[in-house]
Amino acid sequence: MKSLAELEQIRNRMANKINVRNEASEDGNTRIVVGMATCGIAAGARPVLTAMMEEIEKRGITNAYVTQTGCVGMCKYEPIVEVYGADGSKTTYIKMDATKAVRVINEHIVNGNVVAEFTIGAEK
Amino acid sequence: MTELSLHILDIVKNSTKAGASVVEIEILESAAENYITITITDNGCGMDEDFLKQVTDPFKTTRTTRKVGMGLSLFKEAALLTGGSFDIKSQQGKGTVVTASFVRDSIDRQPLGDMASTLVTLVSGSEDTEFIYTHTFDGNSFEFSTVEVKNILGDVQITSPEILAWINGYIGEGLDEIYK
Repeated sequence: MKSLAELEQIRNRMANKINVRNEASEDGNTRIVVGMATCGIAAGARPVLTAMMEEIEKRGITNAYVTQTGCVGMCKYEPIVEVYGADGSKTTYIKMDATKAVRVINEHIVNGNVVAEFTIGAEK
Repeated sequence: MTELSLHILDIVKNSTKAGASVVEIEILESAAENYITITITDNGCGMDEDFLKQVTDPFKTTRTTRKVGMGLSLFKEAALLTGGSFDIKSQQGKGTVVTASFVRDSIDRQPLGDMASTLVTLVSGSEDTEFIYTHTFDGNSFEFSTVEVKNILGDVQITSPEILAWINGYIGEGLDEIYK
């Protein structure tokens, strides 16, 4: 059973390493942005976001973080995930789901290979 | 939208966009009396009377990327479809209260869905906003408050993956308890 006492233990365990992450955050990290407006939510953006966050936690990835944005203006392609690399690159993934999201974390974020088949460029 | 929890995510996003520092999500549910009532109260910027009158019109929106805004319209429709009711009150500068009541055993009543995921999504998207979620089912209550969590966390960020995973489990288990 999860309890507030358990939260305190997690907090104590993290107290040291979190500072490292704070200092390293923003610069030099990959930013993953999930569209979370009505269109995105209705198309399934929430499981995409939670799958990405869970995978990041599971793998202990510290050089990437997930944020949210509103409507990007391409509602028919939702759920949309944009990946902003530390090198200034931008990749737009469209029509995402939880399974695809995990692949993007593993192949793109961990291994550095864009999953071309999910990108907007692959859309006919 | 296929779940009430997705509507809630969408509507609370309006609150955070309206600059709310505190958003309360209250779900009152009774099997015996056959209702689910969802109330979302925020202290955001609110809206003027003219906008409020038209706010559930899908062609009314504050967004600039396109001319339709479906969020409140869909939520209202989902409630009315079950034979329930919908109400929105707002005062400029004070905040907004959205209430949707559902007939619980209506065939058109959407399932509640994954409230834990909705809260995790909200917390990770607006770490400075306080979310207070209370859920009562036939007299049993569960409460989750980011104020309480942040008090325990101190300088550890609530948006850390480990903390969000804990929140997800805590809410999931808490809700399981009240449905027992």
